[in-house]
Amino acid sequence: MEFIFTLLGATLRISTPILYGALGEMVVERAGILNLGIEGTMLLSAFGGFVAAQLSGSIYLGLATAIAIGILLSLLMGFLSITLGLNQHVCGLGITLLASGLALFLFRIIYGGESIPPALEESFPQLRLFSGTILEPVFSQYVFTYAAFLFVPLLAWLLYRTSFGLRLRSVGENPEAADTAGISVFRTRYVALIIGGALMGIGGAFLSLAQLGAFTHGIINGRGWVAIAIVIFGNWKPWRVLAGALLFGGLQALQLRLQAEGVQLPYEILLMLPYVLTIVAIAITGRNASYPAALLKPYRREG
Amino acid sequence: MNLVEMRGITKRFGALAANDNVDFVVRPGEIHALLGENGAGKSTLMKILYGLYQPDEGSIVIDGSDEPLRSPADAIARGIGFVSQHFSLVPTFTVAENVLLGYEGRFRLDPAEMNARVAQLAAANGFSIDPAAIVGKLSVGQQQRVEILKALYRDCRVLILDEPTAVLTPRDTQALFEILRKLREQDLAVIIITHKLDEAIENTQRVTVLRLGKVVGSQDTSSTTSAELARLMVGRQTVPVQREAATGSTQRVVLDVNGLSVADKRGVQALRSVTFQVHAGEVVGIAGVAGNGQSELVSILTGMLQPQSGGVSVDGKPVILGDPRACTQHKIGRIPEDRLRGVIGDLSVADNLMMEQLDQFTRVGHLQPAAIAEHAQRLIEDFQIKASPGDPVRTLSGGNIQKVILARTLSQDPAVVIAAQPTRGVDIGATEYVHQKLTEQKARGAAILLVSEDLDEILLLSDRILVIYNGQLVGEFASDAVDLDRLSMLMTGAEKTG
Repeated sequence: MEFIFTLLGATLRISTPILYGALGEMVVERAGILNLGIEGTMLLSAFGGFVAAQLSGSIYLGLATAIAIGILLSLLMGFLSITLGLNQHVCGLGITLLASGLALFLFRIIYGGESIPPALEESFPQLRLFSGTILEPVFSQYVFTYAAFLFVPLLAWLLYRTSFGLRLRSVGENPEAADTAGISVFRTRYVALIIGGALMGIGGAFLSLAQLGAFTHGIINGRGWVAIAIVIFGNWKPWRVLAGALLFGGLQALQLRLQAEGVQLPYEILLMLPYVLTIVAIAITGRNASYPAALLKPYRREG
Repeated sequence: MNLVEMRGITKRFGALAANDNVDFVVRPGEIHALLGENGAGKSTLMKILYGLYQPDEGSIVIDGSDEPLRSPADAIARGIGFVSQHFSLVPTFTVAENVLLGYEGRFRLDPAEMNARVAQLAAANGFSIDPAAIVGKLSVGQQQRVEILKALYRDCRVLILDEPTAVLTPRDTQALFEILRKLREQDLAVIIITHKLDEAIENTQRVTVLRLGKVVGSQDTSSTTSAELARLMVGRQTVPVQREAATGSTQRVVLDVNGLSVADKRGVQALRSVTFQVHAGEVVGIAGVAGNGQSELVSILTGMLQPQSGGVSVDGKPVILGDPRACTQHKIGRIPEDRLRGVIGDLSVADNLMMEQLDQFTRVGHLQPAAIAEHAQRLIEDFQIKASPGDPVRTLSGGNIQKVILARTLSQDPAVVIAAQPTRGVDIGATEYVHQKLTEQKARGAAILLVSEDLDEILLLSDRILVIYNGQLVGEFASDAVDLDRLSMLMTGAEKTG
């Protein structure tokens, strides 16, 4: 029993950054933009948040910086893909390369060639609920994790129960229809990118300011790419995206646990497990994926 | 009191005046048909009224106010609604979401309340539609109703419908006009852009006819006849100029088309049992208003579309349909409707010229550059193409691209030539050149099928003219016995049988 609760706790923790990334990506894609800059955005946010927190001594300033970086990189994505109407694959990958390179470069400038990664003196603490009960391992989480779960219903409400959400979805499905209804396609897409960028920034900050309290170059380690897959798995719906993030997190937690238990399998196989099973899951669910119809298409008025 | 008064509207695109000093008046409580052939300027006029285009000259007064219409938003605010042929609906949204989009009225949305609002609006206007239905799953007719509801929700007083029945089944067409009649009873003005005369006669109170950008008639529908409207619409006085006498009609049948039927993507029957023959040395012209099945006919004959039923044979041998390679096997030469789809723009003139005979210009998979260049040079000279063999085709003018296609097709001595809109958008010189080349092919003994929206071109080149309307061949004329009045009536469906 305790094994299960510990596993659940690890699942929630591991899912958190992926859930932030996936929710952010989902909002952006719902407006018709595939932001492949997510991996680099999360990395530079994690880095920037860490540096700001370390220099100022305030983890909250660190979090704000991470969010700001997420938004700024998304605005750059917007300028390239919305205003200039460039190919979204190229812009997104370019931003990931730029942000990753910047993180590495600035790290060298600020911290030189230290072999031990710098760590924060004070990072976000865990918020323990149900202390002393059997549920304690499940609910010993960072605030970020609790907040991530609150973002799911919040985004569901925003997308499906507000005029803003209706307009955002219309822009991702049929921008011509939105335009003729007097909705600014450009502005709506920029707003979606800002929301998405902020969420990606929080996802990065969670790793460097809470879970690790430190920064390494491998801190994101493909979580951005996994988030994109989770969005497809989740069919661009908040609750299903949550399910996807939990599935991946659960598999990851399981394989870590199996490694720790010393299961007689090469550890490389265990490492592969979450990714392989994610691919299988997407191959099954992705058949019925209903992409936002205007995804990847820059909007230009005719004539 | 007039609801809309457009006075002296002129709109030029380059040298072409799409609207030339047009006066157009609409009164409340009338359904007004705006009639004309393709390119007569109907859509341009209505796009001006909807604020999509700005007129070069003229004034527009709506309900007594002459403030300029700078954008569709201006027009919507002034009570103009526009239902275009291409619906601007979000297929994944419900009916209610589509109707309210952009005009939700508040930040928090309550689906039940939205559905109730739209249901009420629909009921008030005599519609029956489920506001919670997903639009993408509705029929075309129902989607059109959603577009009309959108306009009504925005308080439109003048509803413009662009070719509203082009995509509708006969039953949906009836239902549409029932709705429009109810709107008329509520003192709305309805404008339908159409080229279907019978519809205009049956359902409208007034009719305005445009030809080549000018108003050629505007009157009460009850005081006119479809024959008069057809004459106004098509209005040709010219008779065909001298033409090579038909060499063919007594000769053998080359192209034999038997009972072709096909439905378009929406499931509407696009061709209905089309049967005809083209003899060696004969030009057969297909006359008709655009969208009556010509594109589908050409697509089938060029192997791009598989018909539901029917067959095609060339020189007595059946052609495998739905396979473009059959065209080269049976020596069917193709001059496509859209010339940019007939060439690969980024490839050179030389490559485009040999594309259909790749086998002859390769040896064990290797291209033979010398042979390709020589072939290109010869055709460039023969067909007077103003380009070098190495130029990418996309850098050529429209007329020269058309010559590349002609050169490629005609140099293979085709048994059949399918020429679809062969002179659309090219200048007069190139047009004459194309006509001369087609005449040469005829003299050589090819069977030529000419599909064109340009009636003058059909009259000029054809030995026999077949009229297509609503996917059916409805009439046939020999070139020396063309009754233009009757031809126009057949083309516009004013006369049903032929």
